Amino acid sequence: MFRSLFPRDVFAELDRLQREMQQAFDTTPSIRGVGRGGYPALNVGGTPRSVEIYAFAPGLDPSKVELNLERGVLTITGERASGLPAGEEKAAVHLNERFAGRFRRVLSLPDDIDPNAVTATYRDGVLHVSIKRREAAQPRRIQVH
Amino acid sequence: MTNDVSVKTDAARPAARAEATLLPPVDVIEDAQGITLFADLPGVPRDKVTLHIEDDTLSIEGEVALPTPEGMQPSHAEVQLPKYRRVFQLSKELDADKVTAELNHGVLKLRIPKAEHAQPRKVEIRVG
Repeated sequence: MFRSLFPRDVFAELDRLQREMQQAFDTTPSIRGVGRGGYPALNVGGTPRSVEIYAFAPGLDPSKVELNLERGVLTITGERASGLPAGEEKAAVHLNERFAGRFRRVLSLPDDIDPNAVTATYRDGVLHVSIKRREAAQPRRIQVH
Repeated sequence: MTNDVSVKTDAARPAARAEATLLPPVDVIEDAQGITLFADLPGVPRDKVTLHIEDDTLSIEGEVALPTPEGMQPSHAEVQLPKYRRVFQLSKELDADKVTAELNHGVLKLRIPKAEHAQPRKVEIRVG
């Protein structure tokens, strides 16, 4: 009898609301889904010489993160262990907001990148992937004689 | 691991409050001896984490410092602010003087023990 007073799952409803808000504001959502709010969060930037990707992925074992670059598509996969106590311990969980479990994020890269010149470093919980652009694609000043 | 807890006075606070910040996700777990708090602060180096404990208020702040090449133009940003901030109200039985903190791969772990007098004790029930 109490059930009918509340939405079936408050959090699912909030998620739905958030998605609708995102659709209203993000004019061009990616074909691979709405990125915002996912784990890890991604920031991407570029210089004339390179493409820089920052994945905000705190609390990972860097040896267990998999990074694949295939036909201009970068995939980051891995798993994040939960810091919550196992069932038998006498502990109460008051807040549980941090992501735990397997994750996968896919990103399509510009055409001019060099797949052989990729460096990836994991520092302070951020995975920084730097991909050089191909020499031929770099802007160049042409001398006029 | 270092203990990064630094207690600061009121003077530094009003400015910080006006700034827009990110709200880091946290896990809070309580056991018989105290509370453990995990907060995700990706991109924050150890020297950019600040913990204030004042009266019963615990505030966690962190500033993001990323290695960016010169002249980088952002093209997509899901993390749009370079600062994290979150404030918690501590309860009386927690011992704010004994908080320990460690930062590991962007995850801040705080341990707030309960004061001695608040530790659990078994109460005998006598049948009269």
